[in-house]
Amino acid sequence: MSGSTGLPATADLELDCRGEPCPLPVIRLGRRYTEFAPGAVLAVVADDVAARYDVPAWCRMRGQEYLGEDVAEDGVARYWVRRTL
Amino acid sequence: MRSSQDVRPGPIGPTGPSDLDAAASTALHPAARETLLAALDHGWADPRRLHKQARDARLLLDNAREVVAAELGLRRDDVTFTSSGTDAVHRGLLGLRLARSRVGRHALASAVEHSAVLHALEWAAATDGGSHDLVAVDRHARVDPDAVREALSPTTAVVAVQAANHEVGTLQPVTAVAEAIGDVPLFVDACAAVGHVDLPAGWAAAAASAHKWGGPAGVGLLLLRPGTRWRSPFPADDRVDPRSSGFENVPAALAAAAALRAVGTERAEVAARQRRLIDRVRGVAAGIEDVDVVGDPDERLPHLVTFSCLYLDGEALVTALDRRGFGVASGSACTASTLEPSHVLAAMGALTHGNVRLSLHRDTDEETVEAFCRALPEVVAELRR
Repeated sequence: MSGSTGLPATADLELDCRGEPCPLPVIRLGRRYTEFAPGAVLAVVADDVAARYDVPAWCRMRGQEYLGEDVAEDGVARYWVRRTL
Repeated sequence: MRSSQDVRPGPIGPTGPSDLDAAASTALHPAARETLLAALDHGWADPRRLHKQARDARLLLDNAREVVAAELGLRRDDVTFTSSGTDAVHRGLLGLRLARSRVGRHALASAVEHSAVLHALEWAAATDGGSHDLVAVDRHARVDPDAVREALSPTTAVVAVQAANHEVGTLQPVTAVAEAIGDVPLFVDACAAVGHVDLPAGWAAAAASAHKWGGPAGVGLLLLRPGTRWRSPFPADDRVDPRSSGFENVPAALAAAAALRAVGTERAEVAARQRRLIDRVRGVAAGIEDVDVVGDPDERLPHLVTFSCLYLDGEALVTALDRRGFGVASGSACTASTLEPSHVLAAMGALTHGNVRLSLHRDTDEETVEAFCRALPEVVAELRR
């Protein structure tokens, strides 16, 4: 954990969804997370405003853990997810 | 030949598409049409004047107030006709707030209020330096009365909580909120509710909109409890009712009253049928893989259902359903003029993409709903392919 934000220091996969409209970021998250074992951490970098609500909602529907949000180096929002199932 | 100046609408086809967007606006009730046509010839004069035609118009206006008051269990003086539901929201909410400006200029609203409420509070804050806070809701979009009480500040002038949510249909615990906030006046936006469910008790001011229950557009209701402290937030006008402004649309007000009375008479039967049909749609939608039906399943408006389809684009869904003859609304960002997702769906933690809101008119029949129930799984499957 990277202390201040409570978010992991690194992700097993960071999806670059910059410039992609909704629902593409969630579609890509849904396709890729199955490649990883439970416990893996995925980050979705997206400037689409709906991702802020839809990544947590996807986690709830899929029974995965939503860890929170920070920003990538260029200031674009990044959403963190842990595969639990 | 129809000339380009002809303002009459063209003919309506015999098998027109099925509008399932009644919560946006519903057609004029036959009782309202009849009343409107009769009143157009008798209610055009200035109801403030003393001559014969004016007295006729005044009688019709008073009659309209009387009928609305009786339907809602109020007194005639509690009812003001406004130029729209939005205008009624603005006057009700901002008028309560202004009357309490000595207490403060802070307002509270649930996070799922209609944008008319939120815009009014933003406008007021920008105008006189006040502020407002939003109270979070649960996953059904219901506000917790205790959370509202805890969010009160000594400077809170007014609290706004809707009667029913306009996007997901959830009924709010209005009476419990009123009890929880004690002496602070409660404004209730009842635009989505009036004509469909009982007006809940506990408000100091409330607003409703006639074109949502089968009256004409351009008629709103501002309701004020007797003894409520209220000041007009807008310039005064010397009309019949000092709470409103602009020349009264007497025929439309009377038609709105006639529609409200008619839907009141029919309501038990219509609401029971709508509840059954909506339960059917909820069941079909919930049975499709990765479709999230949102809003309270029981404590809700009878005629409305909202669901979100994972991985689908709301605009594509609306377009595909329209192609099959079904007109529906969506709270997804791609369908909004602002390109922002619905703040209601966001506040309740629902999926904002792939969203559909379906709402039934008083005469939407089982056949239409069954046709929608057959089309929906096909449309979702096609778009996901």
